[in-house]
Amino acid sequence: MRPDASVLLLTTLIGVGQGLFLALATVQLYALGRLLPEPDAHTFYAHGSLLALVFLAGGLVASFFHLGRPERAWRSATMWRTSWLSREVIVLPAMMSVVVLYGVAHLVAWKPVLAVLPSGLAIDATVALGVVGTVLAFALFLCTAMIYACLPFLREWATPLTVANYTLLGGASGFTLAAAFSAWTAPELTRFLAGWAFVLTLAGMASRVASLYRNHRLKPRSTLQTAIGIKHPRIVQTSAGFMGGSFNTHEFFHGRPHSALRSVKWVFLLAAFAIPLALLALGGSTGSAPLLVAAFIVQYAGLLAERWFFFAQANHPQNLYYQAVA
Amino acid sequence: MTQLALVIDLNVCVGCHACVTSCKQWNTSGSAGPLTDLEPYGKDPNGAFFNRVQTFEVGEYPNTQTVHFPKSCLHCEDPPCVPVCPTGASYKRVSDGIVLVDYDKCIGCKYCSWACPYGAREVDPGRRVMTKCTLCVDRIYDPALAEAERKPACVMACPTSARLFGDIHDPESEVSRAIRDSAGYALMPEWGTHPANHYLPRRKTPMRMHEDELVRFDNPLKIDAALPKPPKSDPSLDDVMSW
Repeated sequence: MRPDASVLLLTTLIGVGQGLFLALATVQLYALGRLLPEPDAHTFYAHGSLLALVFLAGGLVASFFHLGRPERAWRSATMWRTSWLSREVIVLPAMMSVVVLYGVAHLVAWKPVLAVLPSGLAIDATVALGVVGTVLAFALFLCTAMIYACLPFLREWATPLTVANYTLLGGASGFTLAAAFSAWTAPELTRFLAGWAFVLTLAGMASRVASLYRNHRLKPRSTLQTAIGIKHPRIVQTSAGFMGGSFNTHEFFHGRPHSALRSVKWVFLLAAFAIPLALLALGGSTGSAPLLVAAFIVQYAGLLAERWFFFAQANHPQNLYYQAVA
Repeated sequence: MTQLALVIDLNVCVGCHACVTSCKQWNTSGSAGPLTDLEPYGKDPNGAFFNRVQTFEVGEYPNTQTVHFPKSCLHCEDPPCVPVCPTGASYKRVSDGIVLVDYDKCIGCKYCSWACPYGAREVDPGRRVMTKCTLCVDRIYDPALAEAERKPACVMACPTSARLFGDIHDPESEVSRAIRDSAGYALMPEWGTHPANHYLPRRKTPMRMHEDELVRFDNPLKIDAALPKPPKSDPSLDDVMSW
């Protein structure tokens, strides 16, 4: 498949936004349980929500550039019963509005107590919003990943590992950003957040390497024999039927040599995982903001490469019909 | 229930592209708008077609076959492109099983083309929406056309009658008979899409020799065998010639 810049940006940007929001909600839950010091609501939660919102909105804006008819985008919310894309279109704005409410509630200190747990723990509105936002963030990871994982004949994508990768990589980049953000706004949390970012990056690396291993061993199920229904071991295409360009020859081929694919793979393994892990370990232990910012920037660039590879590696069976021009 | 479909006879197709051009002509002139070509006479032309004819070489020289392979939307009975559409623009008609795109609802997200293993859908570069074969839905029900012309343009254009059109759910239809009698098959059965369009395989055409073609009954040059003696009472031209 041809990696489209708008989709690369959409999936990576909203992943960061979701991960950052999950980090905020995690900190709040830990603080609620008195496992962490309570950070300043104004600077940490409210500004953090704004930052998450910027990333989510950036992804939303990028997604419009993928559409041929962006003015009709509102229609895409209608088929949520069958289409994961439609579900994503609903969950993304829902998540964004919860992030707005969460940020505003912290900003104006709107914290009516909704329930008191038997242990005496008061659940206020911001906690409830945090929980709702957490559920939506996971739902959005699921929707985004299932858009790809639900297509059975794109076999590189059709695996639960796709869902694991989207969730863990989005979470890792969001927590890395949260660690960098906390170095300014709540230094007492930096160690905690960098630690979680380290764990998530490690887990993301494990699941991404697992999917690389799986895809490396895939054998194509569709062949030229099944594509044209002729059972002969030697079939060679001599003409695609036209010599100009077409949607089929542009959309489904990345158009780069195989060596480029291999180098991008090593680039993303280094930039999305190895380098950020080192920077997170260093930055987390020293609390150094520049190191953590560098960790986020390198990891985000690595995730763009990872997403590029994700698309380029997927080999669509329709390509069997376009093996030769003439 | 009706399921309209094409049955394409690879044994007869000569790869002339008449179906491609007639399809393009009909579908670029309809009320749905042009089937756009960008720079048709430029250096790098690009355009949308509903139908393409591809060519494959099967086997190794000298035992090769050139197979011309017309390819269009297969109107799957379980179309994977339909449920993924976020807007409902892509749908399968219950009444006749044609898979269609509502060009006014399509947002051009291309997701349905990813979900089609056959690459049957193409984005129109001018209208910026997904397009595909409609089985000439604007022809086949048109009462203004003569009954015999209510067929897809490609079927009308095929000079060798390699394309049959009909209801594959009607066991007595021409297409069902062709599938049954000539071992019609579907493409990429491994994905469970149950394509409605079927292809008839290449078949060996045996040469039929009759006895009287080898040894001619009336052999003017007497090469093969002696002529049977005609009765004297039987006047014939052979009698005259055999002198």
